[in-house]
Amino acid sequence: MLFGYAGNILEVDLNTGQVNKTPLPEDLARDYIGGRGFVAKLLWDKIGRGTDPFDPENLLIIATGPLSGHLVPASGKTHFGTKSPATGGYADASMGGHFGPALKYAGYDILILKGRAPEPSFLVIEDENVELRSAEACWGQGAITVEEDLKKELGESFQIITIGPAGENLVRFACISHDFGRQAGRTGVGAVMGSKNLKAVAVRGTGGLPVFDVDGLFEKSKEAYKKVRAKPGFAGWTPEGTAGITNWVNEVGAFPTRNFQTSFFPGYKDINGQAVLERIKITDKGCFCCPTPCGKYGKTATQLGTAHVEGPEYESIALLGGACVLGTIEEVAYANYLCDELGLDTISAGAVAAWAMECFEKGILTEQQIGRKIGFGDLESLAYLLEKTAAREGIGDLLAEGVMRASARVGKGSEAFAIHVKGLEWSGYESRNAPGMMLAYMTADVGAHHNRAWALGHDVAGSAASVHDLISAGGRGGRLAKASVSGKAGRVIELQHIRPLFDCLGICRLQYMELGFEGENYEALFYLVTGRKMNWDELLKVSERIWHLTRAFSVREVAGFGRSADYPPPRFFTEPVPDGPNQGHYLTREELDILLDEYYKARGWDENGIPTSETLKRVGLGHVALELAGAK
Amino acid sequence: MELKPIHERCSGCRACELACSLANFREMNPAKSALGIEGRFPAPGDYRIHLCDQCGACAEACPEDAISLESEAYLIDPDLCTGCLNCVDACPHGVMFVHPGSETPIKCTLCWACAEICPRDAIVMEGGA
Repeated sequence: MLFGYAGNILEVDLNTGQVNKTPLPEDLARDYIGGRGFVAKLLWDKIGRGTDPFDPENLLIIATGPLSGHLVPASGKTHFGTKSPATGGYADASMGGHFGPALKYAGYDILILKGRAPEPSFLVIEDENVELRSAEACWGQGAITVEEDLKKELGESFQIITIGPAGENLVRFACISHDFGRQAGRTGVGAVMGSKNLKAVAVRGTGGLPVFDVDGLFEKSKEAYKKVRAKPGFAGWTPEGTAGITNWVNEVGAFPTRNFQTSFFPGYKDINGQAVLERIKITDKGCFCCPTPCGKYGKTATQLGTAHVEGPEYESIALLGGACVLGTIEEVAYANYLCDELGLDTISAGAVAAWAMECFEKGILTEQQIGRKIGFGDLESLAYLLEKTAAREGIGDLLAEGVMRASARVGKGSEAFAIHVKGLEWSGYESRNAPGMMLAYMTADVGAHHNRAWALGHDVAGSAASVHDLISAGGRGGRLAKASVSGKAGRVIELQHIRPLFDCLGICRLQYMELGFEGENYEALFYLVTGRKMNWDELLKVSERIWHLTRAFSVREVAGFGRSADYPPPRFFTEPVPDGPNQGHYLTREELDILLDEYYKARGWDENGIPTSETLKRVGLGHVALELAGAK
Repeated sequence: MELKPIHERCSGCRACELACSLANFREMNPAKSALGIEGRFPAPGDYRIHLCDQCGACAEACPEDAISLESEAYLIDPDLCTGCLNCVDACPHGVMFVHPGSETPIKCTLCWACAEICPRDAIVMEGGA
């Protein structure tokens, strides 16, 4: 008996509508835990080498973890995995909300979607009943609109994921949306769903989950909720959620401003967490079983209209606000709403629009090419670019490719300020004076995303018990100091194991990272749910195995993948920060090489960044070593 | 004593539903809980907590007298209940729940588990003991 898990994999062939239900293999649960681990293992095993991300043979895998859906703090996380249309390599995207728990109550830990439906369709899962229905009527509609309509049609208790027009039109940074404001945002998972002609999945379940020690867990859970509430961050961090970090990131000079030209935004107090609270928020909006709801649902009014919207959370503030220089929280929230309805990842969409604005400013893209004048700080420009992109109309067809491909096509030096790694646009931390964070972005398996290793706190303060402690200590005293680029690999690797572990367990990392809710609590909860005694270090070993596997996947699938895929754009190693707290700072190419050399050595990868056969065998991936060796 | 919802505090996490199913059925299953959290999105953009206030309409509607007041809560006697679901229709708050695995409807027992777990203090016990 696999305690904690629902016990089944549901595979739907969208070509035929055929449904296949199989038991969750015990060794899969043992060796990869769940969520991200399931995604990594199944992508490696099931995707044929060289499959195009938009080929029907690519898979969209939706995986929960053993703690998803249990009475454990913040157990609402669901993982989406595929071969990325943005990077061509390993991709996963994490989503909060209630979908994963509902999938488990219906009886499934994993949903594998393959093939391509012959017509626009949506999938309805209600316990044993799985049915593919026509989505002709809602094809072309916004992601929020469709969720609202399907809830009315099917019932409020269904949990629903949808794509917007961006996903339908294969925008390489289209997201998957859920619960009116939660997204699997990154890596283009929404475009893969669109390529499968799948508009939505709705799920409802009435079953219970097996628990190893149900009474023990109930008592421990009550204690866990009390402990989280007793953390200083509960009262200090929760009210503003992730938006609360906006001040600090500006004070330490890491806020991506004007397409990352600089790292400080003078008007940040008009787009910070306080502004969200005072001018936008209606209610706190939490994910499943979350004691510290970071979601702030509200209403915004701008010259372009009014909208209900969740957020903006920090990343949307950074990329739509900072990178595109929007001056008010109302404007940021409205751009956030447009992205949510169109089905665009706010991070990549902000970065792509900011790149286009800089191209126009420099005369690289003309008014004629774009269809109008555009500029930083102008909501109408941003709205225009977002709508064109989602529809792939005019200039939007270029922008829908993301900054890596668009800049390669446009040329004229625009590659230098196409802010991405591996084809995934950079998220909200400018890192020219933060070598640990820079290394984290360079080596994140999905591309330039912060969630694998948020090392910025380490760069600033050396260490801190939690993000709340870090912010409470204040930014001004802890200005970034690039004492040395050497010695960063260890902490980055440690974080790359800790944070993705939560993505395996199926729970949110924020209680641990932001509030300092200790790891031993999770050891205990994991044991009571699953019956498996694994200490924190043993759990992290699994996370390490997965890290090598995702790297191996990209080595196998991306032609010429290796060291060259790990560099940031030239802006970050040639242009000093022009102003703000970190004026004059940047990392040289030589310093980036020191970061990579030390990282590869510590990882057990060769100097080109390829995992060695010995390393793969050491972490239990002998079969992967053999396959990689055979491919050479 | 009765349970009172403070809707404005609710953030929709539904920990209350799991605590309810654990306390009453020793199951991790929100479909077996005796309260409901409704998200009203995109507009007006808030939550509503649906709770039993022990009004007794279910007991009045029961043709078998299977629901009776014990201490402060109306409880269903499963041996007397025939599963006619008259009580479900009669409940003015929509908090008599039907589950496919159980003939007897699911009803609040005033066990307090939901209020105890709620991290937002959005469900509180009110009234003298």
